[in-house]
Amino acid sequence: MKQFEALTRKTDHQAVRYLVVDDSVFARKSLAKMIESFGGQVVGEAGDGCTAITEYARTKPDIVLMDITMPQMEGIEAVERIVQGYPEARIVMVSSVGYQDNILAALQKGARHFVQKPVKPDALYEIIRYVLNDDGVTAPIGAGVEKSR
Amino acid sequence: MRMDLIQPFIGSLDAVLAEMMNAPAHIVDMAMEPEGYRRKGLAALVVFRGQIEGRVVLDMDPGAAAQVASFLTGGEVNPNEPMVPETVCELANMVIGNAVTLLNDRGFQFKVFPPEILTQEQCEAAGQDSEATILCFETASGKVHLNISMQYHARRSRERSSVSVS
Repeated sequence: MKQFEALTRKTDHQAVRYLVVDDSVFARKSLAKMIESFGGQVVGEAGDGCTAITEYARTKPDIVLMDITMPQMEGIEAVERIVQGYPEARIVMVSSVGYQDNILAALQKGARHFVQKPVKPDALYEIIRYVLNDDGVTAPIGAGVEKSR
Repeated sequence: MRMDLIQPFIGSLDAVLAEMMNAPAHIVDMAMEPEGYRRKGLAALVVFRGQIEGRVVLDMDPGAAAQVASFLTGGEVNPNEPMVPETVCELANMVIGNAVTLLNDRGFQFKVFPPEILTQEQCEAAGQDSEATILCFETASGKVHLNISMQYHARRSRERSSVSVS
């Protein structure tokens, strides 16, 4: 997989921390691989909206990648609940279903962006850069990025 | 079955397979299937409800599924590994999700449910009066089948109302 300039946090130059939420183990693995190519660190994973809420509280990630169609609690409801508790949460919806209504609902509940599956690494990288805005910087490929514990 | 409802599934499967296998896929056969669907390889089932109701089965040769898993994970994946059926589920999710997004843009309203691995040998049609279409795609690593069984409710309700008037 293509290696990108590492995205780091501007405040401490550590790797950007991600929470990956998807009911498919395969999708989580695939996203984790992309995150690795961005120089990021997966600090938590969840397979449904309920677990996503508890994992967010536990890990306080910089970015959440959130699927929409999931069992128990869907992604849009999870976004609403996370943003209620943490208005600063940066959540990117990642779904194969790209209805206008779904996207609008997610953005209204507080999601920052939307990317449709199959995810292209270049597109996701640019979206994450955009969502991090002034809080993220890039480091050249090969530069060591410290990962938090 | 209405081709304008089927076409988004063909386009979506073609695009997703090309992206995920890093190689083109070609449609080699298309047929109507009056009976339930008989599984051929590793299959996943996705159900949708709304103006259009039904189910789609994505069925892949294990070799083709393993190739997708290998491409996405960047390592060699054996067709017998547990992650291979998971791969079929996620592919089904992408294919159906992209297709219903196109249909939704054309004004059809419905909800898609999470994919499930199809373990039974036989899968029933979506309903008594539903029509099923089976599409067969050929890839470098094996065949991929898409079985679409759906009912278009708006049409049925119009038919019902015209019967009651006459």
